[in-house]
Amino acid sequence: MEATASSRTTDGVWRERDTTPAAIEEAIRRLLNEAHAENASYVPARVMNLVCIVDKEWSGEIANRLRRVGRHHPSRTVVCAVEPRRTTLDAVATVAGPAETKPGDFAVLRETVLVTCGPQHLARLDTIVDPLVVTDLPTMVWSPHGHPEAVDALRGMSQIVLLDSVSEPDVGEALRRAADLAGELYVVDLAWLRSTPWRERIAATFDPATVREDLRLLSSVAIRHHPDSAAAALLLVGWLGSRLGWELSPLVSRGGAAGSRVGTAHARRQDVKLTLDADATMSVPGLAGVALESASGRALRFDRGEGGLRARYRHRQRGHEDVEREWTILGASRGEAGILGEGIRQALLRDPTYGPALEAALVLVR
Amino acid sequence: MSAADAENPLVKGLERLPVHPTVLVIFGATGDLAKRKLLPALYNLAHEGALPERFHLIGVSRRDKANEDFAGEADKAIRSFSRREPDDKVLSALLAEVKYVPGTFDDPAVYTALKTELDAFDAAAGQPLNRAFYLSTAPEFFPVIVEALGTAGLTESAGQSEVRVIIEKPFGTTLAEAQDLNARVLSVLDESQVFRIDHYLGKETVQNMLAFRFANSMFEPLFNRNYIDNVQITAAEDIGIGTRAGYYDHAGALRDLVQNHMLQLLTLLCMEPPVDFSADEVRSEKVKVLHSIRPPHRDEVFRAQYGPGTAAGEDVAGYLQEDGVPAGSHTETYAALRLHVENWRWAGVPFYLRTGKRLARKVTEIAVTFKPVPHLAFGEEGSVGVRPNQLILTMQPNEGVSLSLGAKIPGNRMRIRPVNMEFLYGTAFMSQSPEAYERLIMDAMRGDATLFTRNDEVEAQWRICDPVVRRWEDEPEQLVQYPAGSQGPPEASELLLGDHVWRAI
Repeated sequence: MEATASSRTTDGVWRERDTTPAAIEEAIRRLLNEAHAENASYVPARVMNLVCIVDKEWSGEIANRLRRVGRHHPSRTVVCAVEPRRTTLDAVATVAGPAETKPGDFAVLRETVLVTCGPQHLARLDTIVDPLVVTDLPTMVWSPHGHPEAVDALRGMSQIVLLDSVSEPDVGEALRRAADLAGELYVVDLAWLRSTPWRERIAATFDPATVREDLRLLSSVAIRHHPDSAAAALLLVGWLGSRLGWELSPLVSRGGAAGSRVGTAHARRQDVKLTLDADATMSVPGLAGVALESASGRALRFDRGEGGLRARYRHRQRGHEDVEREWTILGASRGEAGILGEGIRQALLRDPTYGPALEAALVLVR
Repeated sequence: MSAADAENPLVKGLERLPVHPTVLVIFGATGDLAKRKLLPALYNLAHEGALPERFHLIGVSRRDKANEDFAGEADKAIRSFSRREPDDKVLSALLAEVKYVPGTFDDPAVYTALKTELDAFDAAAGQPLNRAFYLSTAPEFFPVIVEALGTAGLTESAGQSEVRVIIEKPFGTTLAEAQDLNARVLSVLDESQVFRIDHYLGKETVQNMLAFRFANSMFEPLFNRNYIDNVQITAAEDIGIGTRAGYYDHAGALRDLVQNHMLQLLTLLCMEPPVDFSADEVRSEKVKVLHSIRPPHRDEVFRAQYGPGTAAGEDVAGYLQEDGVPAGSHTETYAALRLHVENWRWAGVPFYLRTGKRLARKVTEIAVTFKPVPHLAFGEEGSVGVRPNQLILTMQPNEGVSLSLGAKIPGNRMRIRPVNMEFLYGTAFMSQSPEAYERLIMDAMRGDATLFTRNDEVEAQWRICDPVVRRWEDEPEQLVQYPAGSQGPPEASELLLGDHVWRAI
C-alpha cells in the first residue's frame, strides 16, 4: 500500500493492460485481503455499487465530481471510461482507506475500478461489469455522457439509475427516457432533487389547516428556472398536478428553447395558470423562484436569497388593507456536488411521488 | 370533509415533514450546554433547511447584554462546536433577528419582556407561532421557570399554535424530587406539552435497537427466558470526572448513568413490540418493563471508586485526588447492579448493569448470552471448546452487532472454537449521523415525544434506583478502590450468579 499525503489516504493499487473482468475481480479481492492483513482496522464498506459510464476524455471531471460528494458515497465504484476505437480492456483497481487509524477503531475502505473500454463493448457491458460489482448490494448506473446503449445493457443487473434530466438538450426527450427507465428501474433524477427544497417549502406553507383550503384555490403557478433546467420546473409542476389532482395539458413554448412555457391546468374549482420562465441571469442549474397565487387573494413567492429562500407573502381582501410580509427560510445551497451526493443517498430510499410527477410532466411536454 | 380536515396531500414522499413556525426560547442560553450542543444543533438544522419555515430564537440568561452581543457569542459558539464548517450566509441569517432577555429566572419582569418579544414575532408573522421553551439551566430552576411561564400566561396556546417545554436532565435526584417536580410541572402544563430530555435516546445507536429488535424476525423468537441465559449492559468510560467534580460528587455513577441511560437501554431490549411507534405506545411498553423490576437488594448492588492508576500510559490521579472532590467523599464512580425483570418473557434471566469512570476503555454495549446447547457431541480437548452464543449490541465507539458462533478449527480433528460474525453500521451507512440534540430539538418542535421520557417513566426509573441511592447515602462506607485504567473492581464479580463472568471491557 502506498500513502498519498495529499488526500491522507493509503491506496492499494493494481493495474493491467489488455485485461479481463476475472483478472480485475481477483485483483480487488487480493487488494482487500492485503489491506486487512496490513491493518485489521480496515474493513470493506458495503453500501452500494455505482457503475459510471463516461467518455474517457471527460473522466477526470466526473472523478472530481465524485470526490466532492462528501459523506454520501458508494462503497464500490466501477468507472467505465469509453475511448474511441479501443478494442481491449485496461483496468486500474484501487482500494483506499484513511492513512491514520486509531487503535481499536475501524476504517472503511473505498473500492474503485477504472475500466477503459471501447464503444464496441457498450452493448454487452453487463458481461464486463457484472463480475466487478459486489453481489447482494444494490447497483446504481450513472451515464452522464449519454451512451444509452450501455445503460440498457446494464438494466438486468442494476436496480437504480441515476440521471439528470436537465443535462439533456431536449427536455421532452429527457423526460421520456426517464419514464422508459422507470418502467424497470428505480430512477433517481437530479432534476427532481433540485426541486426538493421548493417542494418542502410549498408543502410547509400549506400545512397549517387554516390555509390548506387554499390548495384547492390555487389559480397561478409561475416558476423561474436556469435556461437548461426546464426539466426541474416541469417536474415541480408535475408534482403539484399529480398531488392535487389537476388535469394537465401540453404547455405552449414562447421565445424559443430558452424562453417561456405557458399553459393551463384544470383544477376542480378553477383553472390554474402555469408559467415557466427561463432566467438567463441564473448561474447554476436548478430553480430560481416559485410564485403561487390563489383565488382567495393570497400570493406567495419564494426566491433564492442569502442564507436560504426569501419568502414574500401578500394577501389582498376586498375591504381590507393588503397584508404583505417577507422572511427568510434558512438553508444552505447544496451545490452541484451536494446534489450528486444527495442522488447517491436517495438511491437507497424510495420516493413514491416522483413517478406520478414524471407522468404529469410528460403530459406538459407532449 | 373539508380540505382543512384532510391530510396535506403535498407531504407524501417528503423526508422532512413540515413543522409549524416556531420560536425557540433557551433558558440558560449562555451556558455550556447551549454553547456546545444546542446552538450548534440549531445551526446544523438551519443549514440543512430542516428548521420550520419561520424560526426565531430568544436567549434568556442572567447576565445583562444586548441582542447583538448574544448573537456574537452564539456565532462564536457555533463556529467552535458545529459538526460542519458554518456557511456564513446561513449563520448570519439564523442570528439576524435573535433576541436576548436578561434577568434571573424568578423575576416576573423577565417573563413580561419575554412575552413582549414573543408577541412581536407573532405580529410580524401574522399568526401565532409555536413556542418551545428549552430549560437548559440548573435543575432547581426547572419548576421556577415553568411556574413563572404559567403565571405570565405563556403556557397557553393561541389558535393552532402549541406551547412545549423541553426539560434537560437530571429530572430530580431522588424519587421524591422527581415526583415533586412532575407535580409542579404538570400543575401548569399538560403532559403532552412536556419533553424530558434523555439525550441518549436521540442517538441513532439507541434508536437502532428498536429497528434491530422489531424489524428482524430471526432474533425475536429467541429473546426470552427459554433461550437467554443472562444479559450484561456496560457503559464504561476511560476518562475521569475532569472539571465536573461539583456535579459529579453530588450525583455519582448510579444517578449519572444507571437511573436514566442504562435503564433506557434495558427497557428497549426487554420491551414487548408496541402496537405502533407512536410516542405513547412505545413509552407504555417501556414503562411496563420498568414496573416489572423490583429495586435490587443489598447483595445485588456494588459500588467503588477509582484510585490512582495508569491511563493511556500516563499516571492519573484517583477520584479523591481530583480537583474539587471533597476529602473522604463516598461518591461512587463505579456501580454494578443485578436486576430481574419479573414477567413471563424474562423471569429468571439476570440483567447485570455496570458503569464506571476511568476504566480500561470507552465502550457502551449490551451482551446477550444465550443458553448453552443441551448436549455436546464434540470433544473439547485441544481447543477452548464450544461456548454459548453471544449477541453483542455495541452502541459506542463502533456501533454494530456481533454474534459469536461455534466453528470448526481447520484440521483433521473435530475441534470447535468461537468465531465472530460482525456487522458495523459504519460500513453499511457511510454517512454522518446527526447529533442527538438535532433530532431531539426537531422532535420537540414537531411535538413527537417518542424519544422523550414520560412522567411515569421517570418515576418508575427512580423507584428502582431510589432505595439504592438512599441506602448508600444513609450508610456511607469506605469504598473499594479500583486502579484507574483497569477493568474495574474484581469484587464486582460477587453479584454475578453461577459461573457468569463480566465481559472484558
